[in-house]
Amino acid sequence: MKLSEKMKELVESSRRELQGRESKSHDPGRRRMLGRTLAMAGAAGVATQAGAQALEVPPSAKEHGRPMPANEYGMPSKFEAHVKRRRTDVFVNRQNFSDWSMTPLHQQHGIVTPNGLIFERHHNGVPDIDPDKHTFVIHGMVRQPLKFSMADLMKYPSVTKFYFHECSGNGLTDWLAPKSKTVQQTHGLLSCAQWTGVPVATLLEEAGVLKEAQWALAEGADGASHARSIPMKKLLDDALLVYASNGEMLRPENGYPLRLFTPGWEGNTSVKWLRRLKLGDKPWHLRSETARYTDPMPDGKWRQFSMEMECKSVVTSPSGGMKIKPGTIEILGFAWSGVGSIRTVDVTLDGGRTWREARLEEPVLDKTLTRFRLTVKWDGAPMTIASRAMDSTGYVQPTVDDIKKVRAIVGFVQHHNAIFPWDVAASGEVSNAIG
Amino acid sequence: MRSAKVLVATVAVALTGCAVTVSTSESGPAGPSPRLGQPVSEAQLAKWNIDVRTPDGLGLPPGKGSVADGKKVYDAKCLACHGEGAKGGPVFGAMVGGIGSFKTNTRVLTPGSMYPYAGVLFDYVRRAMPMNAPQSLTDDESYAVSAYILHLNGLMPANGVGDAKTFTALVMPNRDGFISDTRPDVKAERCMSNCPPISSTRGKK
Repeated sequence: MKLSEKMKELVESSRRELQGRESKSHDPGRRRMLGRTLAMAGAAGVATQAGAQALEVPPSAKEHGRPMPANEYGMPSKFEAHVKRRRTDVFVNRQNFSDWSMTPLHQQHGIVTPNGLIFERHHNGVPDIDPDKHTFVIHGMVRQPLKFSMADLMKYPSVTKFYFHECSGNGLTDWLAPKSKTVQQTHGLLSCAQWTGVPVATLLEEAGVLKEAQWALAEGADGASHARSIPMKKLLDDALLVYASNGEMLRPENGYPLRLFTPGWEGNTSVKWLRRLKLGDKPWHLRSETARYTDPMPDGKWRQFSMEMECKSVVTSPSGGMKIKPGTIEILGFAWSGVGSIRTVDVTLDGGRTWREARLEEPVLDKTLTRFRLTVKWDGAPMTIASRAMDSTGYVQPTVDDIKKVRAIVGFVQHHNAIFPWDVAASGEVSNAIG
Repeated sequence: MRSAKVLVATVAVALTGCAVTVSTSESGPAGPSPRLGQPVSEAQLAKWNIDVRTPDGLGLPPGKGSVADGKKVYDAKCLACHGEGAKGGPVFGAMVGGIGSFKTNTRVLTPGSMYPYAGVLFDYVRRAMPMNAPQSLTDDESYAVSAYILHLNGLMPANGVGDAKTFTALVMPNRDGFISDTRPDVKAERCMSNCPPISSTRGKK
């Protein structure tokens, strides 16, 4: 075969593969497994294979790209189709209306979670509400009950803030023994975005809060009319009525067109599809704050209204399901605190015997995901890696052992902020090492 | 930074002569509230105003429903998911039993074992059930099906009737089962060397 013919066939086969639906070399499952490994092994690979074959001009440089349509909403490359939210793989939920899906933290670059990857927790599916028909109401213990259209709410001076957002159930499958495989499954009920909205305090002031009002019921317009009692102190402090994330209107699954946002607090208190705040002098004690979203304690008790998400961190790379090679590796992860900013993150490679301080990547913001990094040499001996964060209050992320001393870990327990270890085997395979 | 901003704002006001308030807050909104809320009356909100403050039953509506009527509602609208006698069905687990289980290592959460007040059940049924047609039950049906589930948990007699009075008076087994948040309840040290391992039980099971 002449060189030119061979070239032509190569180009054609590449094109067929790129355009085909069943792309072998871009199989999502395979890419998911290999992605980080290749990136890590990249430097060594180049060194050993250098000079074996000359690099050809890629087909993309020898043809038109796709023309620009008159208008479109841009989507990720089809080669990124494996980067998805996923439901838990620990058990099969028999319905998917009250369910959750998790953010692929190991595939998140930087601190911002793209809108399409922000985790989901719904109590009866996702409504898609026409903003022109959505009404938000403040009533109860106010001087004048008020209703607001979306168009009017969006005329208020807004604020835009970075905040993490975490479900209190994040990690509930993995307290005492490894159940989940990947960090998406163990920690993915966590996202971080730049949220835009109106301070709740602005609208409460307009309605006129009566001095007896101590709590407010926040209620959604979804099929569960999900509702939580929120202390007025939080609403007047930093709570927002959010309508946008990361520069665009909220996605339906994240509360479009309007949600409450309670920075640093457990996710379900940021009631989505918010339709009313009703002020009262006491909490309501609804199902969502008695039978659910409460924490088992010793002596058969349950802790209630445990709103704050305490300081936590996790290594996202290497993490469960990845495979690494000996040499220089960069340990990457996220740290966050619902009561402040991250002050330090330490990393252990020996199951907690010794720790060294990681570098924090700017920006380090209040109640926001913070990136940490530590470059280490791995000699191929088995190791157990983990991270431990400390926040601006001086609170240090505990171990499961520490938490077990004061709480009852029975069943699916909320508020798992413990240090989370990964085992790295001599083969380089990384696995969940909790328990 | 802040003083510079105030200076700029002051200059801007001076130049334009406008008597506007200029906010220089880093986190607050960038201007005054336009106050666009429209007055609405509580009467206009009646259909939205469905919440029950469960400890004292505030918000429980007029109406009533018997255990016997509740079984009929349940069999027609709930059984398909929750199973015969609320023992668990193809979609959801048991809604009976579990009373007394919280001091064991297997806590069984049901409306009978977990809900501190009967009004929690009424509120949830009325706002969210049945899942495929929430807010389709009448208040009487919500009382009835709640009474039936309480009966199945041994908390109402077979001839019982649910209404605002009986549900408020009913003392649920887990009424005193809740404590308030006292976190931080764990104090860990930032140990750097010769530290205890992350898990003391690892490899010992």
